[in-house]
Amino acid sequence: MSDATPLMTVKGLTKHFPIKGGMLGRTVSRVHAVDGISFDVLRDETLGVVGESGCGKSTTARLLMHLIAPDAGEIIFDGRRVGSRDMTMASYRSQVQMVFQDSYSSLNPRLTIQDSVAFGPQVHGVRRRDALQRTHDLLDRVGLDPARFAARYPHELSGGQLQRVNIARALAVRPRLIILDEAVSALDKSVEAQVLNLLADLKKEFGLAYVFISHDLNVVRYISDRVLVMYLGRVAELGRAEDVYAAPQHPYSAALLSSMPTGDPDRRVEKAALQGDPPNPIDLPGGCRFHTRCPLVGTMCRGTEPELARIARDHDVACHARIPGSGHRPESKERAA
Amino acid sequence: MAELIAAPQAPAQIAPPAEKSAGYWRSVWRRLRRDKVAMTAGTILVLIFLMSLFATFLAPSDPYARNVANRLAGIGTPGNPLGTDDLGRDMLSRLIWGGQLSLLMGVAPVFIAFFFGSALGIIAGYAGGLTNTLIMRTVDIFYAFPSVLLAVALSGALGAGLFNAMFSLTVVFIPPIARVSESVTTQLKSSDFIEAAKASGASALTILRVHVLGNVLGPIFVYSTSLIAVSMILAAGLSFLGLGVQPPFPEWGQMLNALRNAMYVQPLVTALPGVMIFLVSISFNLLSDGLRSAMEVRT
Repeated sequence: MSDATPLMTVKGLTKHFPIKGGMLGRTVSRVHAVDGISFDVLRDETLGVVGESGCGKSTTARLLMHLIAPDAGEIIFDGRRVGSRDMTMASYRSQVQMVFQDSYSSLNPRLTIQDSVAFGPQVHGVRRRDALQRTHDLLDRVGLDPARFAARYPHELSGGQLQRVNIARALAVRPRLIILDEAVSALDKSVEAQVLNLLADLKKEFGLAYVFISHDLNVVRYISDRVLVMYLGRVAELGRAEDVYAAPQHPYSAALLSSMPTGDPDRRVEKAALQGDPPNPIDLPGGCRFHTRCPLVGTMCRGTEPELARIARDHDVACHARIPGSGHRPESKERAA
Repeated sequence: MAELIAAPQAPAQIAPPAEKSAGYWRSVWRRLRRDKVAMTAGTILVLIFLMSLFATFLAPSDPYARNVANRLAGIGTPGNPLGTDDLGRDMLSRLIWGGQLSLLMGVAPVFIAFFFGSALGIIAGYAGGLTNTLIMRTVDIFYAFPSVLLAVALSGALGAGLFNAMFSLTVVFIPPIARVSESVTTQLKSSDFIEAAKASGASALTILRVHVLGNVLGPIFVYSTSLIAVSMILAAGLSFLGLGVQPPFPEWGQMLNALRNAMYVQPLVTALPGVMIFLVSISFNLLSDGLRSAMEVRT
């Protein structure tokens, strides 16, 4: 069975945005938006991706979709390298789709809902009549009556309805993986819950895998099988959702999770877990990029960048303090003072 | 009781007719209709267009028939309600006929420039990078000249005549239209729905056709209509300088030129071609302003 092989493997994906300056437009520095990330997406799984604003989550999504070209690294989909003859960009893009955060601006304001949804299949050679039929079925499936909505324009729909349209549009080319980039973040809580449930149902029905990018830790825990924690363009921690949420290993994940809003007054946090802002991704600190804010910082953290290492079953962490035999010694005494 | 009558089995394959929804252009038209100023301007333009189109039937006399005995007659002269020009030709007939060439010189260069300018701008904007730099910097070279100077220089170099004047006006209008097209296309290119279309695997040409054109042509068109007034004035200016339409053909700018010697004798008659130019240009400006605000609103 091919089920053992991951659906998608990402290897060392890197994107640095050059900052041009001076009269000749030379590159004066680079934003290290995504800096060599590697992970798998398994079949039928939901991989949650969390991290602060500006940590490279959205750039990762756009790299996965190949909307921007990576500087280094490769994506292997279904055992075949994307961009090679076995997996052309066209066939990759019929198998991987994306839903954006802004439900309104991701639909062409001049096209009707059905034309927007039917566009993808028509690009892949489905006849217009069949594409429209598929569109109406999908609209019905995402909870929008085609008779009422198919011929409407985006500005006539609410945010939640539009996001359902975007989901239908992503489904229309019959993909196997959908990248959801903050897809529910702009919706209000009751609509968000409905859309999350819809996503869960669709996943079962169509056998989909999701890469679910969000800054909302509660939502990620609810929907994800595994969680990937990003910090400044690197993977900090990757593991099963229940493991990461119950016992985060990376000090950054621990801080992030302790800042999670909770309804339980006993678990109320009064002090911010993390001090200061993340370092500037243009001018990264040497060594571990978290050492400027880390409670466990040791001497070697300032010099050597930790690699992602397996510390338990299905649990990877990039932290010297958690990797046995790394030679890490905390210098917490001076910090506590 | 509903079971008594077998419900007609609706064929599941056929989608029910989708609910009608007002399209974008219909809502623009609805808003434009409420704009009194724009509608007045539009009506004036339609009337002047019709007047020029049916000049053969409307003009009371031959616009070329001279009558030196009756030259520079005032307004209200029997047989010449708007007076006569310096060769005794009937002003009313010449103004009606003059609309043909004047409107042609105003509309045609902008129309041609709209095609070339928006094509250049959309390609530059969508392609970006080196293509953009090459196209837009070339366009900027033309843009650096003041428009009047460029039109006069080109017409002067090519020689006087209707087609040379129209050609030089077209060249004058391509750069501004290309710049506007480039900026709206560049702005649109980063929209999520363009990204989504790329993610669907569509080719650049398909994306341009389905997703870009419909969104950029409207604003470019509105901008272009505002240039028609400029084009008419420039055309009149070229004719005034003797570089556009040649006598004896009636054209408002050229008529203004011919009559300027009679300004102290018959100031009102001399002003008439100017009034026509003013009326048409301001109407085009007001109409394009109305169109712009009708298109900006997003319900």
